[in-house]
Amino acid sequence: MYKIYLEHVSYIYGQGTPFEKKALDDVSLGIREGCMTGIIGHTGSGKSTMMQLLNGLATPTEGRVLLDGYDINSRPEDLLEEWKRLPEYKNLSKGAAKKAIKREVLRRKRELCFRVGLVMQYPEYQLFEETVFKDIAYGPQNMGLSEEEISKRVREAARFTGIEEELLDKSPFDLSGGQKRRVALAGVIAMRPEVLVLDEPAAGLDPRGRDYIFEGISHYQKTTGSTVLIVSHSMEDMARYCDDMVVMAEGEAKLHGSCKEVFSKVSTLSEVGLDIPQITQLMTLLRKKGLAVAEDIYTVEDAVLALRKLLQKGKGES
Amino acid sequence: MKGVAFGQYYPAESPMHRLDPRAKVVMAILYIICTFLCKNLTGFLVLTLSAAFLVVISHIPLKLVLRSLKPILIIIAFTSIINIFMSRGEVLLTPESWRIKIYAEGLWNALFMVLRITVLIIGTGIFLTYTTTPIALTDALEYLLSPLKKLKVPVHDFAMMMTIALRFIPTLTEETEKIMNAQKARGADFTTGSLIKRVKALIPILVPLFVSAFNRAFDLASAMECRCYHGGEGRTRLNVLRYRTVDFLAMAAVVVFGVGLLLLNRYGFGYTLS
Repeated sequence: MYKIYLEHVSYIYGQGTPFEKKALDDVSLGIREGCMTGIIGHTGSGKSTMMQLLNGLATPTEGRVLLDGYDINSRPEDLLEEWKRLPEYKNLSKGAAKKAIKREVLRRKRELCFRVGLVMQYPEYQLFEETVFKDIAYGPQNMGLSEEEISKRVREAARFTGIEEELLDKSPFDLSGGQKRRVALAGVIAMRPEVLVLDEPAAGLDPRGRDYIFEGISHYQKTTGSTVLIVSHSMEDMARYCDDMVVMAEGEAKLHGSCKEVFSKVSTLSEVGLDIPQITQLMTLLRKKGLAVAEDIYTVEDAVLALRKLLQKGKGES
Repeated sequence: MKGVAFGQYYPAESPMHRLDPRAKVVMAILYIICTFLCKNLTGFLVLTLSAAFLVVISHIPLKLVLRSLKPILIIIAFTSIINIFMSRGEVLLTPESWRIKIYAEGLWNALFMVLRITVLIIGTGIFLTYTTTPIALTDALEYLLSPLKKLKVPVHDFAMMMTIALRFIPTLTEETEKIMNAQKARGADFTTGSLIKRVKALIPILVPLFVSAFNRAFDLASAMECRCYHGGEGRTRLNVLRYRTVDFLAMAAVVVFGVGLLLLNRYGFGYTLS
């Protein structure tokens, strides 16, 4: 069973204006539950658009987005049909019913935001509160949780993202870039979403900040078993942290599968202007030179292990 | 924000788009004067036709032009009603139960007023906003106002301020949208609740927006200083505006049009404004 399923989804920006642009073109795609899925592609390939479709910020021009098998965008007409069957409906006037349906659509949209947490590109600009604690608490507060529960969740989210206890009372505007990013991430994690969607979470960070972010996300995913989607440019990061990968190009999902499957299709990858990780390229070169290393090495750690094994074997023979 | 039609540049290839922006500013002013020259029915018919002609040669979709009239619909309605009831003259009809009399003059005045405002909006829209980019427009204003420099008016600085403001409108709208989306994703609710609650809901948008606007301003200032910007003194331009023959001909055409309207006031027929 897929956690999220995109069904023939298309999305067009500025329909009917001279600036019309097709961002997604008939994409059908299933995201496995409890997995880290990486979405990779060049700028303008439609990956950010796809992210916004997942939590209802944007509605597909065509097609449906299913979460646990249900369409996330409830149409007022469908709701009306549904409500007509309820006994309470008969007591409502037409205007009141219309209003109630509008409210219900909005309520469902909000609810969806709590179920599918979206961390946008450069999320640090969304910080606004006086203290880090209050900022992380903004989402849980909107959910209407009790003070106690909010405090618990804030501390939990701070732990996942590696924010020290003493930072919680500081102003978010006094933090470093990497710290701000982690606070913004914690703000979404504190809502405990079933699905966490991240748009380039490590863009513009130094290697250490980058590791912090990815470790945090990975830790959260493993502990809670939630489904995580990450948009990224970096094949290395994807190879290291993700179970599945989707390759996007020109508004279409060109490749989809486990990392191994995707990386094995070198020609399709290079067609859309992407490369397999550098370490994999190196291993391929070594194999060509006659060294017996495996094909499916995507991280530096694995490469070190493989080479060490090879060296030891070499020593044993000589 | 993409739905705002009034005052938006419409990219197209047309003779109107190619005119020098300064010529277009001058023509817009002349055209506004023209709309006030009309006095009788013939004049107003010609004026309406001229507006239609402008729409056609500038290749702007009629739908877009009509949409720009929407925001001033109330003003048009208001002035026409005032005009209907405030004029005196030949009684056209007096419904028995009413206290107010409606005069033929009132109806004519209202019609002329509606035509005048409509043509005014369409005309300035075509000359200025639809066919001229905002940047070209400020450039043109700087050129046209440069005689004021003699009077120590900082024309260049004003033009630069305007250019920068215009340049950042789309950036800021985009930014606002982005921040709104980010807060919506955290469950922000801008549409329900009491007025106070809704105003409070704006804080999570306004604070980040101001922070980023100030940061942007600081960055821009440093970037300009790094490139040795020091105001208008001795500054040359990348794109120098040059008049072509067409520009003079177009301006002359508007003048001729105005003279024509004056002649029509004398020799035309139909109801005449007093």
